Amino acid sequence: MDKRVKNANEAIKGIKDGMTLMLGGFGLCGIPENCISALVEAGTTNLTCISNNAGVDDFGLGLLLQKRQIKKMISSYVGENDEFERQMLSGELEVDLIPQGSLAARCQAAGSGVPAFYTPAGYGTEVAEGKEVRYFNGKPHILEHALTADFAIVKAWKGDRYGNLFFKGTARNFNPLMAMAGKITIAEVEELVEPGELDPNTIHTPGIFIQHIFQGVNYEKRIEQRTVRPRT
Amino acid sequence: MLDKTGIAKRIAQELQDGWYVNLGIGIPTLIANYIPQGISVEFQSENGILGMGPFPFEGDEDADLINAGKQTVTAMPGASIFDSATSFAMIRGQHIQLTVLGAMEVADNGDIANWKIPGRMVKGMGGAMDLVASADNIIVAMMHTNKRGASKLLKRCSLPLTGVACVKKVVTNLAVLDITPNGFKLIERAPGVSVEEIQNATEGRLIVEGDIPEMKI
Repeated sequence: MDKRVKNANEAIKGIKDGMTLMLGGFGLCGIPENCISALVEAGTTNLTCISNNAGVDDFGLGLLLQKRQIKKMISSYVGENDEFERQMLSGELEVDLIPQGSLAARCQAAGSGVPAFYTPAGYGTEVAEGKEVRYFNGKPHILEHALTADFAIVKAWKGDRYGNLFFKGTARNFNPLMAMAGKITIAEVEELVEPGELDPNTIHTPGIFIQHIFQGVNYEKRIEQRTVRPRT
Repeated sequence: MLDKTGIAKRIAQELQDGWYVNLGIGIPTLIANYIPQGISVEFQSENGILGMGPFPFEGDEDADLINAGKQTVTAMPGASIFDSATSFAMIRGQHIQLTVLGAMEVADNGDIANWKIPGRMVKGMGGAMDLVASADNIIVAMMHTNKRGASKLLKRCSLPLTGVACVKKVVTNLAVLDITPNGFKLIERAPGVSVEEIQNATEGRLIVEGDIPEMKI
């Protein structure tokens, strides 16, 4: 079982114009930098991108937005990106904003064979428009559907050729859930290790969810808000 | 009148020993700096960390360790890290005892609006809709009026809602108010602020009963 591919260009070869992609990450933390760069280079267009955020103007998904490669974004929070806001308010970019917990649960549901579920999040708001409402324990809930994608692209710290993944810190976020939800899932890792090096007890994403894996290069891992306290 | 730090200090007095607390972006984040002596609370950040610590020392920043405001943070001894589904299981499953968030508007029935100004600003709801739909104990931290001087404590929110009838308490630069079935109930005045000033700055129904004490910060 060897899921290794050479690099990002090879990993994204199957991604065609008009496809739906899921991209892991929260802000710029844990985003698949190599695959995003490869998509910019490939010029794939009319993409629907499902990602909690939309990057910043000149990094992350912002790079694909700049080149107008994204037709529609499905996200929960899109601040910090002027170009995104401009495209959205002018109507050039379709945007579907959904609550963050619902986004996570919808990815997890898709990967788990659960077609839909009820959640209290968004009841009584724009998010609930057109959705079935049902009361449980006297409280209103709305029906949310599983969210799948032609390709999910995730980024982990370490992985092996079987596709087993290990994440570092809060770079985990949406990555394990999107890994489950993609029809095809690409994992890029900072370090590709030999099978057996990852302790089976500590694997976050079992390899069964991954189809292609490669060791990325030149990770910038940009910090969005560098906040520190002085050494005293 | 309080500044943002004062609002954070006043809300910090609400913390109780053993609580798990989710702090939103902005004023709520400051609360972590004013935990009362002798109590222990753990901060949850919805991007996937429980037991979040202070900002790192200069040079120790880690791009892989941030909070929901995308700021670099640290993990306290005893912290845990998890994926976004687990994080919102904590929130939706009501395992968090206190949620503090900012708002653009709060209505006197507890409705809150904080994610969108149609045609002008759309940042998204992030985790706020999940938080307000599930949390039992929600405190809003905000200024009493907006930049144009208009009240943010209204009869009805004019902006798209984040959640309905969910806010329990509002702490502003002028006052502490509880949300009751009959509207905002004035609990405390900020130092040097009169009841009349609070009445003038509050558009929603305001209940004033008896002598209103001044906050102790």
